[in-house]
Formats: sequence, structure tokens, C-alpha cells
Amino acid sequence: MSREQRLAEVFVELADTLVDDFDVIDLMHTLCERSVELLPADAAGLILADHRGILQVMASTTTEARVLELFALQNDEGPCLDCYSIGQPVVNVGPDEAKQRWPRFHAALTELGFRRTHALPLRLRGQVVGVLNLFCREPATLRPTEVKLAQALCDIATVGLLQERAVRQGQLLAEQLQSALNSRIVLEQAKGILSERAGVTVDEAFTLMRAYARRNQRPLATVAAAVIDGTVEAELLNHGQN
Amino acid sequence: MASLRVRQILLEVLAFDQPDRTAHGATVWTRLCASAVSAVPITGAGVALMTARGHGGTLASTDGPAAVLEDLQQTLGEGPCLNAFHERRPVLLPDLTEETARWPGFVPGALAAGVAAVFAFPLQIGAIRLGVLDLYRDTPGPLEALQLKEALDYAAAASSILLDLQHATSPGDLHPDLVDAADDHREIHQATGIVTVQASVGLDEALLLLRARAYADGRPLRELAADVVAHRVTFHPEDEHDE
Repeated sequence: MSREQRLAEVFVELADTLVDDFDVIDLMHTLCERSVELLPADAAGLILADHRGILQVMASTTTEARVLELFALQNDEGPCLDCYSIGQPVVNVGPDEAKQRWPRFHAALTELGFRRTHALPLRLRGQVVGVLNLFCREPATLRPTEVKLAQALCDIATVGLLQERAVRQGQLLAEQLQSALNSRIVLEQAKGILSERAGVTVDEAFTLMRAYARRNQRPLATVAAAVIDGTVEAELLNHGQN
Repeated sequence: MASLRVRQILLEVLAFDQPDRTAHGATVWTRLCASAVSAVPITGAGVALMTARGHGGTLASTDGPAAVLEDLQQTLGEGPCLNAFHERRPVLLPDLTEETARWPGFVPGALAAGVAAVFAFPLQIGAIRLGVLDLYRDTPGPLEALQLKEALDYAAAASSILLDLQHATSPGDLHPDLVDAADDHREIHQATGIVTVQASVGLDEALLLLRARAYADGRPLRELAADVVAHRVTFHPEDEHDE
């Protein structure tokens, strides 16, 4: 399949998920997966800022704790924080400059074997609500068309955030952000419950819930809620996995 | 991530430094409402308990329209606070005159009481759902970013107190070190789920158990949570005899 065909396919897939009854956190995971597939990147994370301006990881291609810490670290310094502050992409920063601008972040990044990182803003009419963060093992440079593509993926995430419910006037974005941030907490609680019931790690619990949501075409948030109130049994989630 | 502001609000409304903190019928909820009105540009505030069946009673409200509005929502079974609770998201209404179609019973009553804007915040920690904080203003207009942040911090403080009051015998048992639930690390929420299963309790009680243990052990909640996720610490009922 040519790159153009695959690109078209991905955008059709994403557009399809934006119809009613979709799950914003699941969409964000899909966006992360597609961004490492379509761009020269090895790991991706989608980050939203909460009302205190603290960057919270909503979705990522990895559950490796040390990589997740790379996102958290950027509450102090790093391309994510800069991108969030200025509302512009922070891409293709060379190693020398990176080391100078973000010494702690750069050291942690290098230790994990990443040699380049990019951050693109989730923007809506001048307001920055989050960041797409990419980590690369090769010192690859994003070409202008790739920056555009990455930005388009970010814009889909922002649209998804707004479209989750029927659009109304008023302070919709703030409402949606809070809703998404609380959904993230529900998901973490459900991960804990399922991991303990099924005897798996919290990361495996997430994979099980997501696969179950996909198989049954149910929003991830609904599956998480069902795990919490016990209406979906751990065995059921495991079924089909074996 | 712990928030200094939430802690500040907790210290103020729990009023530990005051010798007679229940004087003149003041409760933690009347103090919270009064404090919110002084910190956010609003004219009134109310806190309501919510249950799956609907309005569970008003805990406190400031005098005037706020009290009227809590009663209206409880009586009519409709209004922004019920939507905030059921949809698990803030309902921010800078201009109530535009909302008549959404709440045909509530809006005329609210406007008649002199309310022009309503901001309702669910009191929740993930799937732990406790109540609603309603803020009202007599003039229309949105909450600006910093005002919204302040309102959300009041909602976080109220959630924290409400969680503790579910199991504490009286508000006097509350301690600000115990009720600081503003830490928002993913491991805390994962550990809450794990303890729910281990100790056969609800999510709310599981979070309280975690907080109590962290407080008793004099260590950060996040650190204990990481141990629970890694199974270095468990909350099986029989463990109590070992420690």
C-alpha cells in the first residue's frame, strides 16, 4: 500500500470515529498509534493540561513507566512545556540546543535511547489545551509536510475533544476538558480493579479493556464503568484474548 | 499533583485554628460556600449531595437566591446541578436567558429569583461520585480562566471533604493532612481500584483506606500507591493482624 493510500485510510478511520457515541480517550490512543506509524517516531503521547496547567498524559503508545516519567518530567522543563506555553510546534531541536534548554529532560531522554523529540500543540482559537509529544530513536528531522501531518493529527484530537457531546454554546471547551480528565481517572481506577480481579498488570488490564471495547464496539469509558460496577466480569474481558 | 491552593481552602474551611468552629451554626459547608463567594466573582453558592436517584439534599447554601435555586432543583428534579452530576462534567452557563429550552421549569424560576449565570461543578474523583457545587451570579458573563481555576479548586476541596464525611463520624474528625486528595497521580487511582478488590470495599472507601495508611505511615500517598500497584503492600483483610 502506498503512503498516500495508507494516509487516506487513516483519515477515513479517524473521521469514522468522530461520529456519535465515540470515546475521546480511545481516539487519543488511536491518534498516538497512527502518529508513530505515519511519522518518523518511536513513541508518542497525547497530553492535556488540567485547570492548574499541569500536563496529564491522556494516551500514549507505551505503558513503560520510565517513558511515562518523561512526560511527567516536562511539567518542569522540556519541549512539551515550551510548546504548551507558546502554542507553537517545538520540533527538530538539535541535541546541543536541547541539552542547553532542557538539561534534565535531555539527560532522561538520552538515557532511554531517544535522540530526538517533537511537540505539537492542540489548539483551539488561540487557546492551547494540550500537546502531542513524539520521541524518536533516530535523529530524524521532521520535514515541513510531516509537521503539517502531525499538526493535522493534533487538530483531530482537539475536534474530538469538542465533539464528544453535542456542541453547545458557552464554556464548552472547559467542560469537555474536565470531562476528559475525569474519564482518565475512571480508566485508571478500572485498570486497578481489573488487574486485581484478573491477576494481570495494570498495563495488561488496559489492553484487555481496549480490546474488549473494540470487539464489542463499545466506548472505552463504558467498558471501564462496567468493570467498576462489576457488570463486566474479568473472565469475559479475557475471553478471546487466549 | 498536590495543589497548594486546595490545601489552603481546606485549612480555611475546616477552621482548625478556631476554638469554637461550630459557633452560630456554622458548618464546614457554610464556611466553604462563604469562602467560595469571597474568592470567585459570584453572588451565591450551594453544595448538594447527589445520589443515582437524583438530588440528595442541600448541605448548605448562602442566603438569598442560592437557597431558592437549590430548592428549585430539588423540587423540579431538573437543573444544571443534576446535569453536572449525571454528565460528570461542569455545566457552565454564563447567560441563563439562553437556556430556557433546556430547563423549562428551572430557568424561569431562577431568573425570577434574580440569577443570571450558573456554574455547576460535579464533586467527583473518577467513578467516585459525591455531589455538586453550584455557583451563582446576579449578572451574566463567563468565568475567566483564573476564576474557573479557583472554582475548580473549591470543587476539589469540597470533593475531598465530602469523601471523608462519608465515613468519619463527625466533621470534627477531619484533619487537613488526611483530606488532601488533590494529588492526582495515575498510580493513586490504580491503587484505589486494586484496594477496592483486595479489601472488598467501594472505591470511595478504598481511597480513604489508602489515605489513612499513608497518613499513619507518614509517607506520601503517591509513594504508598506505587507500592500497592507493585504488590509490595496489600490491603487484604487478614493483613491487619500482621502489622
